[in-house]
Amino acid sequence: MSVWRSIARRFIRRVISSIPAIIGVVIVTFILMRVLPSDPAVFFTSSSVTAGQAEIDSMRKKMGLDQPLPLQLGMYLRDVARGDLGNSLTTNQPVVKDLLRRLPASLELTFVALVLALATSIPLGVLSALRSGSLIDHAVRFLCTIGVCMPTFVSGLMLVYVFYYLLGIAPDPTGRIDIFVASPPDITGFLLIDLALIGDWAGWRSALDNIILPACTMALFVLAPLTRMTRASMLGVLGSEFVRTAKSVGLHSWRIVVVYALRNALLPVLTMAGVVFSTMLGANVLVEKVFSWPGVASYALDALMASDYAPVQGFVLLMAFIFVLVNLTVDVLYGMADPRVSIE
Amino acid sequence: MTGGLSIDDLQVVFSTRNGPVEALRGISLELGDGETLGVVGESGSGKSVTAYAITRLLETSGKIVNGRIVYKGSDITRLSESDLRTMRGASISMIFQNPRAALNPIRAIGLQIADAIRAHTAVTAKEARAEALDLLKSVMIRDPEARLDAYPHELSGGMCQRVMIAIAIACRPHLLIADEPTTGLDVTTQKTVMTLLARITAERNMSMILITHDLGLAAQYCDKIVVMENGRIVERGTTRTIFLNPQHPYTRRLVAASPTPTSTIDDLARVAEAEQTTHALSARPAAKPYSITDGAILLQIRNLTKRYSSNIIAVNDVSFDIPVGGSVGLVGESGSGKTTVSRMISRLIEPSDGKIIFDSKDIGAIPARVFHSVAERRDIQLVFQDPDGSLNPRFSVFDCIADPLRKLEKLRNGKELRERVRETAARAGLADNLLSRFPHQLSGGQKARVGIARAISIRPRLLVLDEPTAALDVSVQAIILNLLDRLRREDNMAFLFVSHDLNVVRMMCERVVVMRLGKVEEIGGSSLFGNPQSPYTRSLLDAIPHFDPNGQQIKALPKANEYSR
Repeated sequence: MSVWRSIARRFIRRVISSIPAIIGVVIVTFILMRVLPSDPAVFFTSSSVTAGQAEIDSMRKKMGLDQPLPLQLGMYLRDVARGDLGNSLTTNQPVVKDLLRRLPASLELTFVALVLALATSIPLGVLSALRSGSLIDHAVRFLCTIGVCMPTFVSGLMLVYVFYYLLGIAPDPTGRIDIFVASPPDITGFLLIDLALIGDWAGWRSALDNIILPACTMALFVLAPLTRMTRASMLGVLGSEFVRTAKSVGLHSWRIVVVYALRNALLPVLTMAGVVFSTMLGANVLVEKVFSWPGVASYALDALMASDYAPVQGFVLLMAFIFVLVNLTVDVLYGMADPRVSIE
Repeated sequence: MTGGLSIDDLQVVFSTRNGPVEALRGISLELGDGETLGVVGESGSGKSVTAYAITRLLETSGKIVNGRIVYKGSDITRLSESDLRTMRGASISMIFQNPRAALNPIRAIGLQIADAIRAHTAVTAKEARAEALDLLKSVMIRDPEARLDAYPHELSGGMCQRVMIAIAIACRPHLLIADEPTTGLDVTTQKTVMTLLARITAERNMSMILITHDLGLAAQYCDKIVVMENGRIVERGTTRTIFLNPQHPYTRRLVAASPTPTSTIDDLARVAEAEQTTHALSARPAAKPYSITDGAILLQIRNLTKRYSSNIIAVNDVSFDIPVGGSVGLVGESGSGKTTVSRMISRLIEPSDGKIIFDSKDIGAIPARVFHSVAERRDIQLVFQDPDGSLNPRFSVFDCIADPLRKLEKLRNGKELRERVRETAARAGLADNLLSRFPHQLSGGQKARVGIARAISIRPRLLVLDEPTAALDVSVQAIILNLLDRLRREDNMAFLFVSHDLNVVRMMCERVVVMRLGKVEEIGGSSLFGNPQSPYTRSLLDAIPHFDPNGQQIKALPKANEYSR
């Protein structure tokens, strides 16, 4: 039980220590948005042809942009503390509501992509470590290089071209589900889970078909770091003294590879997977764009284009929060996987 | 042969980047049932390669190119991978040098023992666990039920080695190969582990191959000994003949270089001179007498204490003096606080309490952070244990030695610096042509010399030596100890010599401070070794393995409570 207590202690300590970082992120984003050269008041009044200086000024006043910067920041921080991230001017909805509606889409895509990436990269990494220097090793290295050097929008478009346009086995890249399938009730927001819960297997199949191409695109991009990490870590462990011990007592080779080598080799991969997850969630905006995926990243990009402050700030805050949460989860998992960590 | 082990003309070649390296050049040996064979030799002699060849656990770059290893009637060199798997653990098993690294760090030790059992016998997890418990009892681990679920990092080195022994004997093999099983363990732990091994092999009628660099250890626990040099067996015989009447020059040199309870620094000087001539380095005229001025104290340690996080006291109220030009040995087991004391005196860490008075100035009051800028930094220098890790891999020998001259004497690049470096290197026995080399291009002994040259380049008055020869072969150790002794006489340096090797300390120091659990157990002159006052010091001295011509090998059962801490 002391293991759990120590994990809980670490958890709380990490949550507390991440608060300053999150506040810092909020302030920096706030200032960054304000120093950008475009004026949202102009942007949002220019839609009406008759808009003159008077309208712009009143708009600015309405948005609170006539106040001095520190005061704006103070008001913003106060709102954030209350859980109010402001309203989006493009969707006319509270930012919190928008983000919460779109976050499951991004999370679902990223989870599926991460699972795909891990399911591919760990066996590939293990294989290339076991046969290092062989043809397989070089082939895996080649695949990783392709994956990492091809921008996601290129690989995404290529997948769409091949599987949708040429072969016709993938659905059209227009969102999370076939438009003719009735949208499921909003239970968790994760389509694959919701549809399974209500037992709509046709819809589930459609959601799966829709998610596979974008998830593959994302997975391909992170295949390289995960595979290379698995390979390097596996090579190190295979050369270690305790693997030699395992050999010296005559353990089966698969048992040596799985129980002795792989479990130890996965520890650094776990850390890597956390970083990869956070990166995919926020940075793969291009994948969301290519596949018209209604996620948070494309939402933030649209808002940025429109100089819509509140959603961008909300998005950055959300990402910072998720980053902290993911690292925390990785830490807890690490503490459970490696008994040496919990002694601090 | 009665089904023992017989090796015939075994040759092993390693393919390296610089071409093939012959590790074993045709060795032959026989081992009967129940016998214990000692394989001794220095690093690079091929003794470990022999062990790994027998179990076919050589690295992939190592190949058996010739010879036969016949065990129980079958030739191991021709066994298939699956036959090897059946053989390993069940008929031949091994224990290794670094017990903690040899165990899986994230698997409970009970499971690791069970893994070994279940590799060869079809038992359930529960039965294996029960058997693992019995094994832990038979290797005399205290509180074995609780230890089943412990991880290696929660156990001491000696405990880990016991677990390793339990794994090795789990499937009742007939031959146990122990590769430096106690190197890195304290002498007292070494004694309990070796006694345990001797008892287990005797009880189960196992034969054992003990691979060690420590002649004393081999002498005490082996019936027969083979001596290896450069991949060949240069001498073989019973322990008695090897020690009393060594024939081969290498064996003689090895025997002479091994510190014994009676050897002196002059004995080592002879070894060193013999080696020096082979290395074509002229030995300097030595024998300038020590000049220890009575009453002149260089360093006074008073009530020195180091506490970590309130309740851990690493060093507790330690006081002793080092006279000008004197040499004080600091001995004790791991965890006794001797390294912490040396670090505080070198002003690398802060004392929690007490005074460090150097030349009537309390340098303990100067924060470690700023100590590099005070004059005393030049007076107190260090020589570290690991000659490899303590040299910057990107510094040439010249840069290593020049570094303190540049930093502490503010010498600029130029003729003076070059002269000083060259002179220092020559004094430490480093030839001019070595100055441009990098650490990885040097041998262990040369690296140790660089570490010493770096420390003496600015002519310190106190040299703190933290296990300076622990990582070296005995013949190299003899040379380095001899060199240190000569430098001490020449420069009138004082030594604080931290070591776990009491024989070395006896040769190098006039006074000895014995530490235990952070406290001073005993302080005395060299007479302390003949007549220790504290039982702890006596147990340390008794634990040193050595060849006793009148004695018997230890095969007797240990006393009932031979549990180590």
